[in-house]
Amino acid sequence: MAEVKPAARPLSPHLQIYRWSWTMAMSIAHRVTGSSLYVGTVLIAAWLVAAASGPQAFDTAQWIAGSLLGRLVLFLYSFALIHHMLGGVRHLVWDTGNGYEPQARMNLARFTLIGSVSLTILIWVVALVLR
Amino acid sequence: MTQSSMRTPLGRVRGLGSAKSGTGHFWLQRMTAVSNLVLTIIFIGIVISLSGRPYPAAMALLGHPLVSILMLLFILSACVHMRIGMQTILEDYVHHEGFKVLTAMANTFFAIAVGAASVYAVLKLSFGG
Repeated sequence: MAEVKPAARPLSPHLQIYRWSWTMAMSIAHRVTGSSLYVGTVLIAAWLVAAASGPQAFDTAQWIAGSLLGRLVLFLYSFALIHHMLGGVRHLVWDTGNGYEPQARMNLARFTLIGSVSLTILIWVVALVLR
Repeated sequence: MTQSSMRTPLGRVRGLGSAKSGTGHFWLQRMTAVSNLVLTIIFIGIVISLSGRPYPAAMALLGHPLVSILMLLFILSACVHMRIGMQTILEDYVHHEGFKVLTAMANTFFAIAVGAASVYAVLKLSFGG
């Protein structure tokens, strides 16, 4: 039997043709933060291995983490973590079948953004006060 | 849909794979999302309590059975979750079939390598090696 190739199917338009909206930005941010956390697990693993390797390796790791660049990475990592976490909560709400109305979607986008910024700052204030 | 073959849509997909486990990844991603929610908060708490501690005190905390068990659960949950998440991203954006297979494999290796290194470190601290 002759194999007939399926006809080329139309593809949906991609990101660049849409006007930016908050819900779209939060959705993209969820993927970006997820990917950053993915790469960042290397740092967590390295930090744990350094701790297991002995005081010298751990001191080096702590020195790197405490440097200006280290703190910046830690801050961004914690923000990505909280943002992805709240974005995930938003998805869990959607999984129940709720929150699809325009106003509810907007509220969830606001919740993700405002919540993640304030929670990240709160965590750093607590961490710096406890030190 | 333009039909360029005489075969029916059902005939063309039959035998190409099972549709019985399609929700497996979806459900596992939700399960680990919920466990990550709890474990990440605990992990942040552990990291905050570790900051500023001298080495012996920090290691005593990390090696505490309860802390170690929670860290191991966090590592497992996070690695499973991030593997599925990255696979979804790869399936969406990598269109070349061979490269897609390679990146999917690399993704799994990465998740396992990161998980194994972290688990090894936590166990070593916990068992006092």
